[in-house]
Amino acid sequence: MAYDKFTILRSTAVPMPIENVDTDQIIPARFLKATERKGFGDNLFRDWRFEADGTPKKDFVLNNPIYSGKILVGGKNFGSGSSREHAAWAIYDYGFRCVVSSFFADIFKNNSLNIGILPVQVSESFLDQIFKAIEANPKTELEVNLPEQKISIVGGASETFEINGYKKHNMMNGFDDIDYLQSLKSEIRSFAEKSIY
Amino acid sequence: MSKTPAALFDKVWDSHVVRHIEDGPDVLFIDRHFIHEVTSPVAFLGLESRGLKVMFPEKTFATADHNTPTINQHLPVQDPLSANQLKALESNSAKYGISHWGLGNPKNGIVHVVGPENGITLPGMTIVCGDSHTSTHGAFGAIAFGIGTSEVEMVLSSQCIMQPRPKKMRIKVNGKLGKGITPKDVVLYIISKLTAAGATGYFVEFAGDVFENMSMEGRMTVCNMSIEMGARGGMVAPDETTFNYIKGREKAPKGEAWEKALAYWKTLKSDEGAFFDKEYEFNAADIEPMITYGTNPGMGIGITKKIPTAEEIGSGKASFDKSLAYMDFHEQESMIGKKVDYVFIGSCTNGRIEDFRAFASVIKGRKKADHVTAWIVPGSHIVEQQIKEEGILDLLLEAGFQLRQPGCSACLAMNDDKIPAGKYAVSTSNRNFEGRQGPGARTMLASPLVAAAAAVTGFVTDPRELI
Repeated sequence: MAYDKFTILRSTAVPMPIENVDTDQIIPARFLKATERKGFGDNLFRDWRFEADGTPKKDFVLNNPIYSGKILVGGKNFGSGSSREHAAWAIYDYGFRCVVSSFFADIFKNNSLNIGILPVQVSESFLDQIFKAIEANPKTELEVNLPEQKISIVGGASETFEINGYKKHNMMNGFDDIDYLQSLKSEIRSFAEKSIY
Repeated sequence: MSKTPAALFDKVWDSHVVRHIEDGPDVLFIDRHFIHEVTSPVAFLGLESRGLKVMFPEKTFATADHNTPTINQHLPVQDPLSANQLKALESNSAKYGISHWGLGNPKNGIVHVVGPENGITLPGMTIVCGDSHTSTHGAFGAIAFGIGTSEVEMVLSSQCIMQPRPKKMRIKVNGKLGKGITPKDVVLYIISKLTAAGATGYFVEFAGDVFENMSMEGRMTVCNMSIEMGARGGMVAPDETTFNYIKGREKAPKGEAWEKALAYWKTLKSDEGAFFDKEYEFNAADIEPMITYGTNPGMGIGITKKIPTAEEIGSGKASFDKSLAYMDFHEQESMIGKKVDYVFIGSCTNGRIEDFRAFASVIKGRKKADHVTAWIVPGSHIVEQQIKEEGILDLLLEAGFQLRQPGCSACLAMNDDKIPAGKYAVSTSNRNFEGRQGPGARTMLASPLVAAAAAVTGFVTDPRELI
């Protein structure tokens, strides 16, 4: 599925300083029953965000009107657990385009890149600075510059981040891997002929 | 000139690279692709919207497991959303010519149980599935890992995915395991030492006496949980145990093809001097029956130990406190003696015949504790049949238990098998995340022996006292 191109994103951010945010928190399994990619944002962080009867939990950050924006900032080891791409869909559908953390689980990172969410891995100290800046002023903006691979606290510190050249090119152009793989079909077919399986 | 020593991982990975992209991922050819009802429908929609076909339908295998009920499987599925997903899997498989073992099929069961037991999983393969516990298949010396739905669409349409090459880790456990120490304890012990993110970015090879002497079922339990320390997957070098397990299984090679495959499989081991980015070594004698006290699989301890403090394990205080508050546990409490409301044995981690044999060995001649609700769920119909044939079902019934029908069940609680809010479950599954087994459910992960001990006493109990 095509997604919007990503170049420079400047936005306020939603802080979630919790470690090991797993995909069962991002989207609990009971909301994985759709056969279409629709409406997952409504159940993003469902059990942290709502009481069993559907009333919003006041102390959860997504229910706090002072925080908003297209960037989600999470604690260490964000996205651990299940391979459900629904977790990335829910984050995207809710309106986030970028997740910042000091450490991402592998499958979540791949899934995010495949659907157009940029996972930005920063140092623990920079993550801490971001949390402190937002705590001091919820209107603090972050700027994520993909071409330069740089994330900045607007008016403050900045740090560079890693992304491989192939994925960077894809994100900046809104391409996905399927188009690329289709172009390799004859190569793949001759490879398959040699397989013992 | 001698060749550079290669690790098992390198041998399998390198033989599957169709193309290496400079400053990018490898294009990796996939030998076997498993699909199930939850993570595949959107991939098929993607194929349709692009007008693509399935490139090699004979390399993909569908089975229904995540959503399926574990009682009355002969009746129509009650939940309309689940029924819809199951129907989509069936119709998509039929449309594209993919083998489909749906509800009611005698081969049906949890994807990571049925693959190996039918000889679909073989050494040296690359295996993927839209499920993180695909790492299970690494027990055969395969590179097996979980993928997202976009990647499911890639494999369907091109039999390849794009993967950055992970780093390599080797974990050795040497020595002899004590009485009552199972493969589940070994892996929970390793995760407790490495943490839930300790192997992120790595592919793990499990080596040493303990894994060499382990059954295939045990190796599958260990590799299954390699994702719980963050690893892409885990693998064990194939050996006689592996070959004996595979030989004669329905889809395993036969005759000349078997001999040819066997000769190749025997080369699949890490060479002397192979490079690993990280190595760990543990001593089997240090491992006790394990149980988790928190909300990620790294939060496990020996069953006789006390719950540690955040300082002791070097975890963030706020996250640690949040976790204990969810469980309503406290630092320095003993796990032994905690009341248990539910017991779940099953899942792709511990839903194989050996697990039910272990469970039965403890409950034999005892009775289920009155206040415990137990869900005993085989991993497949083949396992269910073995349970009946070996007389385990009789033991279960005598002790007051009932056997359910195969599926993922309470491991992720997508069907009706949900642990109620606030209740405590000892579970042989793989994740103790908040709400994993139902909203508000409190999970303690453990082995089938610990589960059995809890089921008959109603409390967290050291199984070594009962065997």
